[in-house]
Amino acid sequence: MAQETQNAIQNPIIRVRDITVQFGATRVLDGLNLDVKRGEILGFVGPSGAGKSVLTRTIIGLVPKVAGSIEVFGVDLDSSNTSQRRNVERRWGVLFQQGALFSSLTVRQNIQFPMREYLRVSQRLMDEITMAKLAMVGLKPEVAERFPSELSGGMIKRVALARALSLDPDLVFLDEPTSGLDPIGAGDFDELVRTLQRTLGLTVFMVTHDLDSLYTACDRIAVLGNGKIIAAGSIADMQASQHPWLRQYFHGKRARAVMS
Amino acid sequence: MSGDPKLERIAKGNALALCATGTWTASFAPVLERMVADAEKLAGSPQSIFIDVSEIARLDTFGAWLIERLRRSLTQGAVEAQIAGLSANYSSLVDEVRRVKATPVIDSSTITITDMLEQIGRAVAGIGGTIAGLIDMLGAVLAAGGRVLIHPRSLRLTSTVHHMEQVCWRAVPIIVLITFLIGCIIAQQGIFHFRRFGADIFVVDMLGVLVLREIGVLLVAIMVAGRSGSAYTAELGSMKMREEIDALRTMGFDPIEVLVLPRMLALVLALPILAFLGAMAALYGGGLVAWLYGGVDPEAFLLRLRDAISIDHFIVGIVKAPVMAAVIGIVACVEGLAVQGSAESLGQHTTASVVKGIFFVIVMDGVFAIFFASIGM
Repeated sequence: MAQETQNAIQNPIIRVRDITVQFGATRVLDGLNLDVKRGEILGFVGPSGAGKSVLTRTIIGLVPKVAGSIEVFGVDLDSSNTSQRRNVERRWGVLFQQGALFSSLTVRQNIQFPMREYLRVSQRLMDEITMAKLAMVGLKPEVAERFPSELSGGMIKRVALARALSLDPDLVFLDEPTSGLDPIGAGDFDELVRTLQRTLGLTVFMVTHDLDSLYTACDRIAVLGNGKIIAAGSIADMQASQHPWLRQYFHGKRARAVMS
Repeated sequence: MSGDPKLERIAKGNALALCATGTWTASFAPVLERMVADAEKLAGSPQSIFIDVSEIARLDTFGAWLIERLRRSLTQGAVEAQIAGLSANYSSLVDEVRRVKATPVIDSSTITITDMLEQIGRAVAGIGGTIAGLIDMLGAVLAAGGRVLIHPRSLRLTSTVHHMEQVCWRAVPIIVLITFLIGCIIAQQGIFHFRRFGADIFVVDMLGVLVLREIGVLLVAIMVAGRSGSAYTAELGSMKMREEIDALRTMGFDPIEVLVLPRMLALVLALPILAFLGAMAALYGGGLVAWLYGGVDPEAFLLRLRDAISIDHFIVGIVKAPVMAAVIGIVACVEGLAVQGSAESLGQHTTASVVKGIFFVIVMDGVFAIFFASIGM
């Protein structure tokens, strides 16, 4: 057991090697390498259009890559068979930028959708777990019977997070979770991600533009530029970096406002 | 490390103690649920109740909740069930689920007779609303059309031309093909049955009158309702869903003028053209079959056709086309703008658009038939 735990700590939960992604003639990711360690919250930043979402979608398998390999939970996603892949997919949850809730299902049905598919449990347990998940993401039980079109932007993000957490995944991908939220809502969301990471032992891969999120929620930060990771490390490393984009990002007017 | 989960009773007598071991996670949820249900029956009247969780290897929300559920159902009266040996890793998770209130009972809605009657009533009452909506849209389109007549420069010409390409030019191959085949079939059936009376040549009369007055325009209108009416509804509906129409309004544009009018115009211009092409293709197909299958050579066919039909037949057919186009366009745009937030709603309204479009086209055709009969055309 000790040996296994040791391995688990040493082996990254996501291991991306030499990933190249191309759309037509434009090379979006160019030989990118990235490790995400177990139990950390990795903040992923970079200029708009640099390919942050593309990398996320490539890891999840929604965007085909030209070259490179991706291992998640130690399983190489290219050489894995269907059942291995299914198993990996069961262990991750994804929060899409726009929420991507199923618009014809209620909040309760949205959260129960993966459970219904993967677990053979009673309706009662699913209902109770749904309520627990709603409480965890800070929503009232009444929300359960509403449809996505009746929710505010912040509520959609929370419900989408609850759905991503539906099967108690080990790993969650958050694509700009705080975009479109008011600063207080965004702050709450960061706090929520931290709490969930502590209580559920999650690993979080978070694409963000939000400086506050980077300071308060993230353990480590990776920066994407020119199709590669140009820097990775703690917030202090980022501030010390001499890279021009990083200097601008972490020493600009907004950054100073956040830090002060 | 990960063993099957177990829940065992370890002490008897006055104290009830249960020991949970193994992996208490979502993957084992069905097993866990059964074990917890069994354990709930153990509640007698012990003096103290303990649930020992120190041997649990892994715990997630499902496991934590089931332990919490067990704790709650064992807690009766003054004796509160205690959770013992909780490791620090999981204490916050257990605290979290402890705060969850008992699930509100979600009513399993059963459909009663009254509900069904209510739905029928609502649907019938909805017909009035549908007609009011169509008249409303007709008025709005006419008003927008009037404004465009006064200020011709406000017509969205590019958009109209684009929609013309979509509903007219791109529809030509399929419309011509289908009407050609229908013409062939009508001629073949006519010859087959008329031959018994030695009246082969009258197939030309039947084909000419039927195609020019009815089949040509009706068939084309039904195909356009299915092809372009549904496209209009889906386009406007998804724009509505993504608040694009609201955006237009806030910028001071009238969605009717910007979105609906060009589509209506394109359709009203396209349908007569398509109906004409369709009629010609059907006549050509019929003539071909009459020649190859019925032995009526093209020269005889044309001579007979000239005698059989007059310009009136053609006019009766083609006059209907723009009216049918307007009906299809209005139904499609009303349905498109009525789409609500969900994908399901988009599907419902697109279906309704095609169904209502075809229904009204056929109703209009009937009205025209009565009208032309009474004026003697």
